[in-house]
Amino acid sequence: MEEERPSGVISKWLGGLISTMRRLLFTFMSSGPIPQHIAFIMDGNRRFAKKWKLDDQSAGCKAGFPSLLSVLKYCYEVGVKYVTVYAFSLDNFNRRPDEVQYVMDIMYEKIQGVLKEMDMVNRYGIRVLFIGDLNRLDEPVRLAAEKAMEATAKNTKTYLLVCVAYTSSHEIPRAIYEACQEKSLALPSSAKNDDGIVNDDDDDDVIKVVDLEKHMYMGVAPDPDILVRSSGETRLSNFLLWQSTNSLLYSPKALWPEMGFLQVVWGILKYQNKCYYLEKKKKQA
Amino acid sequence: MDPVAESQKFFRRISQSSNIMLFLLWHVVHLILSVLYIVREIFRAIENYLITNGYVKTYTNLNLDRVKYLGIVIDSDEARNTSKVVELLEWLSALGVKKLCLYDREGVLKKSKAVFMERFGSTENSVAGPLVSKKRMDFEFVSITDGKEAVAKAANLLFKKYYVDGDSEKPFFTEAHLTDALKTLGAVEPDPDLLLIYGPVRCHLGFPAWRIRYTEMVHMGPLKYKKLGLIMKAIHRFTKVKQNYGS
Repeated sequence: MEEERPSGVISKWLGGLISTMRRLLFTFMSSGPIPQHIAFIMDGNRRFAKKWKLDDQSAGCKAGFPSLLSVLKYCYEVGVKYVTVYAFSLDNFNRRPDEVQYVMDIMYEKIQGVLKEMDMVNRYGIRVLFIGDLNRLDEPVRLAAEKAMEATAKNTKTYLLVCVAYTSSHEIPRAIYEACQEKSLALPSSAKNDDGIVNDDDDDDVIKVVDLEKHMYMGVAPDPDILVRSSGETRLSNFLLWQSTNSLLYSPKALWPEMGFLQVVWGILKYQNKCYYLEKKKKQA
Repeated sequence: MDPVAESQKFFRRISQSSNIMLFLLWHVVHLILSVLYIVREIFRAIENYLITNGYVKTYTNLNLDRVKYLGIVIDSDEARNTSKVVELLEWLSALGVKKLCLYDREGVLKKSKAVFMERFGSTENSVAGPLVSKKRMDFEFVSITDGKEAVAKAANLLFKKYYVDGDSEKPFFTEAHLTDALKTLGAVEPDPDLLLIYGPVRCHLGFPAWRIRYTEMVHMGPLKYKKLGLIMKAIHRFTKVKQNYGS
């Protein structure tokens, strides 16, 4: 016990110093524009498991969770308000059933962990939202996700959007369906004939782009300023295709479990360097 | 003299000075970043020289079979320089690219369509005779109006099809419904396999969302600094990519 105390003090002191230096760096970065919303495609977990010869490739997902927490911490510390993560795609249901079940189990375990730490989550003001076709999830996972959303519904300081059972190919047609349903109910009776059928004579389009955007899953947040895909791959894999019109696309080579402080800082510095051009494009739209 | 007020004034001055220092430091760091971008351009120029002069054997035999449909995104301001675009198309034509989708947000390339079709098009309208027709390309010209607004038009088509008749079944719309509606509006071309982005930033600038689900997107830098060797490198890298499509 006597021998442990000095190293405990040293590590505490070192931790405090690193934390202070990080805060100084983030204060310095805040001299320029800080992105409001960063989205992450958490790619490379299986390659990480292969690289480090872990038990099986699913273990890479477990290795990726601490990176998620670190990246979230750094984003919120620097002042990013919205963070979106691509946790599970609808296409991922095509994986081996045992792999899909493993990911569902990890999600359930981690959501339960968040529910246990709700005091801390609410103290930081994080609102958690699960985005996607939640009916595709196992019932325990879906119920846990709904519970987490309800428990953090009043928080407004920062947002964590977790995309599960999500693809843009599903989101866009779904938004069209929801917009059609809304317009059909909202049409005045003059637009319908005596049998309640919508008149086809009207040349004006009923549905506009803003109507579709209102009904997108991601309508709860502004479009991402930066879209990051770890592992160096250059495609978006059906993620936020509609919302990334003016997003800086950044593909660091680090696999997701290797992502952390350096990649977050570099991504934001790249954004700050090109912010003027991106803002100009947004205004032109 | 109120010591509290004096110390507050002192700390406010220190805070203002440190804010100014941080602000200046921020500008210095971004100046260094800009210099690093210039250094990177120099290295890319050297790499381009080595590739185009055959010193790097890896890129000499490009397998274009995998690049069935190549997309080019150009920043609209740069797209106004038609001669630079023509030069780029000449390189792509020489490499053997057959099918090309040209996108710029404002539709500047659409306005210059006649110029490109005359020079490179594979239709009968092209002026160049059969002797020069060996490297013809099929073109598609796309702008922002073919993106979100096209989806809104497709939505209206679906609304009229399924919601005009009050008794008709109203299915939950899927990707298939959207694809059919877009085909009716004339969007029949396939998804690009590879998208080369020419502009200051790696950003697809509103390329039609449903067409870039699995498209590899490579940033080539500003059009004025385009390099043939780097196009060859991007195509070669694309041919080595292995996609799982989520599974």
